[in-house]
Amino acid sequence: MTGVWILIGVLLLATMFGLWFRRVNGRVRDTRPAGLAMVGPNDPPAAIEEPTPQAIALAEALEGRLGERATMVQFSSAFCQPCRATRRILEEVSVMVPGVSHVEIDAEENLELVRALDIRRTPTVLFLDRAGVVRKQASGQPRKADVVAALGEILPGGAPDFVI
Amino acid sequence: MPADSPTSSRPMVDPRGPRFGAAVTTVVLALALVLMGTAAGTVLVAWQTLVFGLGALVGLHAQPYGVLFRRVVRPRLAPPAEMEDAAPPRFAQAVGLLFMVVALIALLAGSTIVATVAVAFALAAAFLNAAFNFCLGCEMYLLVARLRHS
Repeated sequence: MTGVWILIGVLLLATMFGLWFRRVNGRVRDTRPAGLAMVGPNDPPAAIEEPTPQAIALAEALEGRLGERATMVQFSSAFCQPCRATRRILEEVSVMVPGVSHVEIDAEENLELVRALDIRRTPTVLFLDRAGVVRKQASGQPRKADVVAALGEILPGGAPDFVI
Repeated sequence: MPADSPTSSRPMVDPRGPRFGAAVTTVVLALALVLMGTAAGTVLVAWQTLVFGLGALVGLHAQPYGVLFRRVVRPRLAPPAEMEDAAPPRFAQAVGLLFMVVALIALLAGSTIVATVAVAFALAAAFLNAAFNFCLGCEMYLLVARLRHS
C-alpha cells in the first residue's frame, strides 16, 4: 500500500514541477547582474566605465560576428532537442529583421565562456544590442513572438515595423 | 564552433518514438513502485534496467519500446513533421539507466528504501518527459560538463 502513496506523491510533485517549468521555460527577461550591466541612454555615465571580465570574454568569442543592430547569441549542446527548435526560430527572425544576426555557440566547447557568463542550461539565448552589451536573456526555448518583442525593445529606433 | 554541424550522417529518430517510450516507461515504473518489495517488482525493475541499457548502450533502434513504436504504433500514424537527432533521447536513456542500476543493486542487496527512491526519481523523469516534453539532457548535461572540467 505504501507504494501507491509514494506513486501518487511522485506524480503530484512532478506535475507541479512540470507546470511551473512550462511557465518559466524560455521566458525572456532583462539582464541586470553585475558585469552584464545595461548601458542605456538614461543610465548614469558610471555604467559605461570599465568592461567587466564577462563582457570581455563574450566580446572575444563574438569577434567579428556582431550584428549591425543586434545579436542573438545561442548556447547549445549536443544532447538538447529544444536547441534545434530554438535555432530554427532565431534563424527565421534574423532573416526577417534586418541587421540582426544569430550566433550559435557550442556550450561544451566553450566551457570557460559558459562559466564566465554563468550559463547553466541549454538552450540559453542572450540578446545583445548594437554595442554588444547583453540586454536580455532567455533560458530554455523562447517563443518566436517573445524573441521579436525582445528585439523590438533592444533595436535602436524602438519597435520594428515588421509582421510576425 | 557553432553546433550546427551537418546532421545528415547522424542517427535520426521520429520524435514521437522516445515520447511514446517515456509513456510506457512511466507505466512500468509506476507498477514497479507499487509492487516494490515483491518478486514482481524486482522483475519489473530488472526489465526496465535492460530496456534503458539497450537504449543507452546499443542505440534507440534496439530499445524495446522504440521497436514497439516502429512496428505497431508508427504505421498507424501520419509521417512525422520532421525527424530529430537521436543523441538527446539516447542521453536520457543513459540517465534512466543510472537510476535503474542503483535501484537494481539496492534490491539485490536488500535495501527496498534505496531502490524505492531511485525508481521514484526515474519515474519522475520519465513522466516529465512524456507529459511535458521535459528534456533532462538539456538541464543536466551542461552542469555535468561544467563540473567535470572544473
